[in-house]
Amino acid sequence: MGAMQILFLLAAAAVLGAAILVVTSRNLVHAALWLIVALFGVAVVYVLLNAGFFAIVQVVIYIGAIAILFIFAVMLTRQIGGKDGGSQNHSTWWVAALLSLLLMVGIVWILSTWQGFATELPALANEKELISELGKSLVSTYLLPFELASVLLVAALIGAIYVSWEKSR
Amino acid sequence: MIPLSWYLVFAAALFCIGLFGVLSRKNAIAILMGIELMLNAVNVNLIAFWRYRTPDTIAGQAFAIMVFAVAAAEVAVGLALIIAVYRRRNTVVADEIDLMKW
Repeated sequence: MGAMQILFLLAAAAVLGAAILVVTSRNLVHAALWLIVALFGVAVVYVLLNAGFFAIVQVVIYIGAIAILFIFAVMLTRQIGGKDGGSQNHSTWWVAALLSLLLMVGIVWILSTWQGFATELPALANEKELISELGKSLVSTYLLPFELASVLLVAALIGAIYVSWEKSR
Repeated sequence: MIPLSWYLVFAAALFCIGLFGVLSRKNAIAILMGIELMLNAVNVNLIAFWRYRTPDTIAGQAFAIMVFAVAAAEVAVGLALIIAVYRRRNTVVADEIDLMKW
């Protein structure tokens, strides 16, 4: 077993363990902190996939912005009256667990019947040019989706500011 | 080396954990956290398929960038909605936001 495999298994175990704590933890601040651990583990997986740019983006956008937004939102909406004390999951959580488990089994079963399931790692032709190629493709081949994404972001941010604006009464 | 199947099984597990969070959590913010986990699983899949199946075309990476942008937009709007609901109804529990329930 090579170093890459050990690194992948460690990262995957950390991500999955942290993800389980994200969805089961009673304290939502703890859940948000475990979310950061899970996102960081996914960044490690991106590095293993030769997508270093995505690892950076993951850390900057997900951990730097989204996770912080989550922590802000949790802290802004805490219930002072002690409603936070009990379990944060429905009493019928086992139905959700069963459904998720069934979906997991189904996905793995479908994938295992696909002949490309065990594809070995192909060599990367131009490893050093990846980011510049991505940048060029974003302003040539994928110009329209790129512009649409920027319009979507502006619309979402304006909408978010408008929705959460406290109107003076 | 790591075969593609490891990444796919890992992403499937992460997606299902996120789905469990979405289905079983009471708190709307916690539901959004589950959605974030699911989006991350999708992104891992996109990058893994790009790396293993089509390493010569950049489409997989470009698509993953779009998922990042949509995820950021989704969280910004979602949390703003939750905070707005909290101001009006003083709760973020999804079951108690039932104004439109017949």
